[in-house]
Amino acid sequence: MTTIQMLITIFAVVAGTMLTRFLPFLVFPEGKTPPKYVSWLGTVLPHAVIGLLVVYCLKDAVFSPYHGLPEAAAAGFIFLLHKWKRNTLLSIAGGTVFYMVLVQNFFK
Amino acid sequence: MKQNAFRAALPHTIPIAVGFLFLGMSYGFLMRSKGFSVFYPMLMSFFIFAGSMEFVTVNLLLSAFDPVRGFFLALMVNARHLFYGISMLDKYKNMGWKKFYLIFGMCDESFTINCNVTPPPDVDRGWFMFFVTLLNQIYWVSGATLGALLGYVIRFDTKGIEFVMTALFIVMFLNQWEERKDHRPALTGIGCSLLCLLVFGSERFILPAMALIILCVTYSRKQR
Repeated sequence: MTTIQMLITIFAVVAGTMLTRFLPFLVFPEGKTPPKYVSWLGTVLPHAVIGLLVVYCLKDAVFSPYHGLPEAAAAGFIFLLHKWKRNTLLSIAGGTVFYMVLVQNFFK
Repeated sequence: MKQNAFRAALPHTIPIAVGFLFLGMSYGFLMRSKGFSVFYPMLMSFFIFAGSMEFVTVNLLLSAFDPVRGFFLALMVNARHLFYGISMLDKYKNMGWKKFYLIFGMCDESFTINCNVTPPPDVDRGWFMFFVTLLNQIYWVSGATLGALLGYVIRFDTKGIEFVMTALFIVMFLNQWEERKDHRPALTGIGCSLLCLLVFGSERFILPAMALIILCVTYSRKQR
């Protein structure tokens, strides 16, 4: 890709991202109450979306040669570390390092 | 008024500061390790300001030129912002010019704080939310820039570093699991996504998964 093509790609991503942020405020301007169903969705969906994001991150791992084995091992490690210390950052950092050690040494 | 709000906002953002510096640095470092100059992570962390999408964009920039795909991928990956927006319609009301920035900078973490924290009564809520958003963005952009700069100096095997994003979401999932008694939304999210991943494949499962999630939670609401 040329620099211009890269900038266009980044601009497209910015435009898509901003649309998701501004759209609700454009559709329901101040003074206009959204339907109850829409407000209710706003309270439930954030919790369901994290599950979707986890799967999104692991989507390519499932179809890889190891079928997600190193990812599953790292997820299990994060689970145990988080149960033990309950420190969000430690769990993220520890899980990432654990995964890096796995894919650099054992799952090449 | 501003000072007051800043002082109230700062402590809430400290955990985010550590996390964003760490994650932002891994992102900047990752971009540098793929051969991008420091200006790319700077630009992208400022304007996109949606962590997961920035990681995804690294791959986009390394594949064939297809901005339309980038646009729709951004819509899908960030579709959760739609739900954030719906939740914040009321809280961002009557904020004047600040409203534009509050919406522009509404990342997961700023949303979480602004949605859940009520500032003390003597603090202006608009400025409080403004500083939460601003501070978080400063942490993120600084982290990304710093990581890319470090990438010029330090060399080590970065294979697997992209797992930092997965780890982030797994931990968010675990935290949420413990905070909430009703696990149905979380299970629905995982279940529907896995099902759609197996049926539609990794390239095009997100939209069907989102549709299925909405159908399932709506159905369970009618049951109650």
